[in-house]
Amino acid sequence: MRRFLRPGHDPVRERLKRDLFQFNKTVEHGFPHQPSALGYSPFLRLMAIGTRSGAIKLYGAPGVEFMGLHEENNTVMQIHFIPDQCQLVTLLDDNSLHLWSLKQHGGASELREEHRFTLKGPPGSPPSATQVIAVLPHSSREVLYLGTESGNIFVVELPSFRVLEDKTITPEAVLQRIPEDNCSRRSCELVEVLREHPKNPNQILIGYSRGLIVLWDVQNNKATHHFLGSQQLENLYWQRDGNKFISCHYDGSYTQWPVSSDNRQPEPLENTVPYGPFPCKAISKIYWQTTKNGLPYIIFQGGMPRASYGDRHSISVIHGSQQTAFDFTSRVIDFFIIFSSDPAAEFDDPSALVVLAEEELVVIDLKSAGWPSVHPPYLASLHCSAITCSHHVSNIPLKLWERIISAGSKQNIHYSSMPWPIDGGTNIAPDPPQRDLLLTGHEDGTVRFWDASGVCLHLLYKLSTVRVFLTDADPNDNMNTLGEDEWPPLRKVGTFDPYSDDPRLGIQKIYLCKYSGYLAVAGTAGQVLVMELNDEDAEHVVDHAEADLLQDQEGYRWKGHEKLKTRDGPVRFEAGFQPFVLVQCQPPAVVTSLALHSEWKLVAFGTSHGFGLFDHQQKRLVFVKCTLHPSDQLALEGPLSRVKSLKKSLRQSFRRIRRSRVSSRKRRGGGGNASEVQEANARFDQDALQEMELAPVQRKIEARSAEDSFTGFVRTLYFADTFLRDSSRHCPSLWAGTNGGTVYAFCLRVPPAERRMDEPVRAEQAKEIQLMHRAPVVGILVLDGRSTPLPEPLEVAHDLSKSPDMQGSHQLLVVSEEQFKVFTLPKVSSKLKLKLTALEGCRVRKVTVANFGSCKTDDYSENDLAVLTNLGDIQIISLPFLKLQIRYPCIRKEDVSGIASCVFTKYGQGFYLISPSEFERFSLSTKWLVEPRCIVDMPEVTSNNHVHKSGTENAARKS
Amino acid sequence: EFRRFSLERSKPGKFEEFYGLLQHVHKIPNVDVLVGYTDIHGDLLPINNDDNYHKAVSTANPLLRIFIQRKEDADYSAFGTDTMTRKKNVLSNVLRPDNHKKKPHIVISMPQDFRPVSSIIDVDILPETHRRVRLYKYGTDKPLGFYIRDGSSVRVTPHGLEKVPGIFISRLVPGGLAQSTGLLAVNDEVLEVNGIEVSGKSLDQVTDMMIANSRNLIITVRPANQRNNVVRNSRTSGSSGQSTESSLPSSTPNILGNLLQGEEESDEEDIIIEDSGEPQQIPKAAPTSDSIESLSQIELLHESTQNGFLPSSSEMNLNHSAGSISMEYEAPEPGPKSLEEDGTIITL
Repeated sequence: MRRFLRPGHDPVRERLKRDLFQFNKTVEHGFPHQPSALGYSPFLRLMAIGTRSGAIKLYGAPGVEFMGLHEENNTVMQIHFIPDQCQLVTLLDDNSLHLWSLKQHGGASELREEHRFTLKGPPGSPPSATQVIAVLPHSSREVLYLGTESGNIFVVELPSFRVLEDKTITPEAVLQRIPEDNCSRRSCELVEVLREHPKNPNQILIGYSRGLIVLWDVQNNKATHHFLGSQQLENLYWQRDGNKFISCHYDGSYTQWPVSSDNRQPEPLENTVPYGPFPCKAISKIYWQTTKNGLPYIIFQGGMPRASYGDRHSISVIHGSQQTAFDFTSRVIDFFIIFSSDPAAEFDDPSALVVLAEEELVVIDLKSAGWPSVHPPYLASLHCSAITCSHHVSNIPLKLWERIISAGSKQNIHYSSMPWPIDGGTNIAPDPPQRDLLLTGHEDGTVRFWDASGVCLHLLYKLSTVRVFLTDADPNDNMNTLGEDEWPPLRKVGTFDPYSDDPRLGIQKIYLCKYSGYLAVAGTAGQVLVMELNDEDAEHVVDHAEADLLQDQEGYRWKGHEKLKTRDGPVRFEAGFQPFVLVQCQPPAVVTSLALHSEWKLVAFGTSHGFGLFDHQQKRLVFVKCTLHPSDQLALEGPLSRVKSLKKSLRQSFRRIRRSRVSSRKRRGGGGNASEVQEANARFDQDALQEMELAPVQRKIEARSAEDSFTGFVRTLYFADTFLRDSSRHCPSLWAGTNGGTVYAFCLRVPPAERRMDEPVRAEQAKEIQLMHRAPVVGILVLDGRSTPLPEPLEVAHDLSKSPDMQGSHQLLVVSEEQFKVFTLPKVSSKLKLKLTALEGCRVRKVTVANFGSCKTDDYSENDLAVLTNLGDIQIISLPFLKLQIRYPCIRKEDVSGIASCVFTKYGQGFYLISPSEFERFSLSTKWLVEPRCIVDMPEVTSNNHVHKSGTENAARKS
Repeated sequence: EFRRFSLERSKPGKFEEFYGLLQHVHKIPNVDVLVGYTDIHGDLLPINNDDNYHKAVSTANPLLRIFIQRKEDADYSAFGTDTMTRKKNVLSNVLRPDNHKKKPHIVISMPQDFRPVSSIIDVDILPETHRRVRLYKYGTDKPLGFYIRDGSSVRVTPHGLEKVPGIFISRLVPGGLAQSTGLLAVNDEVLEVNGIEVSGKSLDQVTDMMIANSRNLIITVRPANQRNNVVRNSRTSGSSGQSTESSLPSSTPNILGNLLQGEEESDEEDIIIEDSGEPQQIPKAAPTSDSIESLSQIELLHESTQNGFLPSSSEMNLNHSAGSISMEYEAPEPGPKSLEEDGTIITL
């Protein structure tokens, strides 16, 4: 079958490589990092989010996603869709305006930047003259009104961005016919907000920051009404019929104003401070929504009592006697209301409140009683609690998939049943080829199960391991338990909760067997849990064992954290994955490697001290092996001392800075002798600092030795059924690789199924290989007689893989950070190697076997190694000949957390974190590619259609 | 038991062939033996690979005395400097087993090669301003003992002088290998690591490369102190005893030769412990592409030898005895010392 590939350029192979490998970054999953602006088009039913790095992302129906990036990488301040168009305008913090449009190309829509424009004032004018504060895309779709800091309102033509100078609305023109006492030039400084009349496009409401509000007649170029507000203005909103508008203010009040043809300078109808009488924070944005029953919805951001609740991020909804202040865990960037967009409709009839907070998107169903949240199909906050590890499982059997979904649906009962209200565009991407799960482990001890099959990364089920342990915080403690009469009526919403009760709960390693439903998770305090999927709630005792990895090594003292305390007696678990075995490593160091063999019912785990094997069928520890070098004190003492020693120089420099600060502060007050000493001290500090600056960064060049720290750190564990002792009989084996370049192989005797409970599992060390270059072993793999990697446990039993070739000779592949080496088995002799670090100066960070199919023919596929290096490059290396196939730059080498977070799938895709809340998905394969493909069609527009805008503005500007 | 036979000096062939020939002429096809010879200083030195075999042939003046010992009775301590003068008669030593027993038998392992030492290499192919230093970590307990840093150096470019980033030696640890050899100094600019240019690579990358090559580290530097540079014609030949002597004007094969040999050496050092037994070196399973390279290396050596002297044949006397075998081997004139001169001629 497989021809021996000669080194060098084989044209056949080169052609095949083109059919197999291709690098694409396809889609970003999760929640955009540092969002800064929000926009919504009721016409397209699309939402747009801008970020501080200049990205703009559009979302509609699940699967409908577009992304654009401003070249300047400046913060996006505002996003405005052009009414009834597939176009939007963005305002950046460099005062530039950008016109984007969705155009169809090759059968799918694409988001493209069409024009850019920066408003220029007359020569010599201050920058404030042209600093854009308010943007109003006019319903005529022909012009854009730009309110500036100087008080001028410029009119620019679309899409050319030509300034129509004769249309400029100057403060002077506005101030005509205003009573003398209000008529100062200052009252027209800074245009805060511009609002078009809902029924008459010729009328524009202009709100100035100091409180003056003017209704401007565009056609006649003159002010028709003046509203003399006394409070600093924050925002304005028209009522649907255009007879009234509402203004909100800096002091936490809102005011209704009547608009009629007979009174050109009306008094306010009503002025309310919703959370008075004590001083309140500003209300930065307000909506007035009419309903059939006559009771309006008043929805506003902020306005909380300054002293007691000034730190809350809230949006209040008032509807008759109902009032709730939704309380967000992170800053509210902006929000909008989805309401009836039919221009003929008499009422707004709001259906949903969509809130973009700094760390999550929250949608509230205003139709259902109690205003429940809607479960978003995308924009998941991956970082609700910080991600500590990830694990990807491809091609999940349908049965397991359904059981996970069913367990998850029981957790989601408190969500609204409302269909996702932002549903513009059509997803035309082909259905995902298979069901994929991405599991993320979190700092708070939870594991989240994500549907990673398609473009929308969707939360299926959340597993918490906290219940097994006794922690300080009661898991039933709920922040929402407020009394009935509580005022203000705060209600916590959203899932973002960055505070971990106990860092020891953090999940470090995950292994899921998709055939059996067994799941193993391991954490920061040496805890290893084995779980089973149960479709019902259950109450049971978790079997508990301890693995003393130091064994007979005496006289060591662990200075790290304590092990977690376990709950005595039975524990109630909800439907889903329920733990039945807990192994706690002693010392309770972080678990650094984990392997589960669901067929043999064994779980292996490793820490910086050694590794152990546990039989989860008989619930018995089979063996432990200490890998610690006797002189390695650092590993013994635990994470705290390690950090201490590694950061020694850093600490010293901090101390220096602190000392110099202290001395300078003291010098001001003191005198005499003491001050002299301090001055001397300061001089010393100065010298020390200078010395530090002069000494450049240097690196020690030294061969690795057995005495180095953390050589015993277990990096990888691997189960294999192979020829360990002689070539006639194969047996189960466990392989472990350490940081010091040692590979241990244990021969296992697993009793046959019928005597599985009667006879113990036995293990015996059969081999120990010491790589002389002593680099950390990051991967171990056994290739069968056909040079194919051994299948996963139960894969053959489920007819999903050919049985491995047990006739030919097996080979062992050991991947260290520096080299790839192939050895023969059972007699270990070195066969092949590929040096990476010695030749290229990069090291292996992640390695996986991936299957690559040809995009040309269905019947060809091959296994290769997908490798991520510490420089962020991805390399594909052939098996079994270890030839470099192709190399792609993927992650910036400075992005250490991105590189650390990378996971490969079994079919040549991968994920890595581009921010704490976003996974970038990439593909190395020509065949398996998941990327958004969607169409946004222009809905039909009737001739005199006048869609009520729900313009959103950046409220964050003021907070 | 003595045998005498002849060998074509210009085409000594490979050590394995020679070893097979010895076994053949002594009719001991399956006996493991140690092969040694006396060099011009009267030292008993081992022959166990292509290099020292070729060296031995080239030093035959004109007769090459070869000693063969059964491996299990081998007296390792017999090898080394002054062995011939220190012991009155190696032969009598070897032949009398009771004498043999009295000596303390402190043997660690068979020296697989001449122990390499740190040295300046490839002097003749590098610009005079550069120096290529091989640091042999193998066999010493000394740490490599140096630090590197980022810096900048001035280069001549088509656009005039330009400052470019570079990697420099920043510190030598007292008592370390780098300091004790005296071949590297603080502020030397590092240009290559084991034949790979460092320009464009970060400090961390270069650090990783050096550590990955630490068992056989070859650094090409531009010494900060340029006064001690080797002047091309009064060449002090590298003492590495390897390909430097047969070096050719083109630099590429030479770099390759040096590097590959280094790799081969470090290759077989992985250790396996089977069933808690004794640690053993992991053998090679099958010839890999490396051996092709070493073949070409030998061919290079051949060509240069041919330039030096005419092909000749020699005789060999063979004598048999039970315990050990010694052998005399004679190579007639012209003498073999011309090897070094050859190199000079070629490079000129």
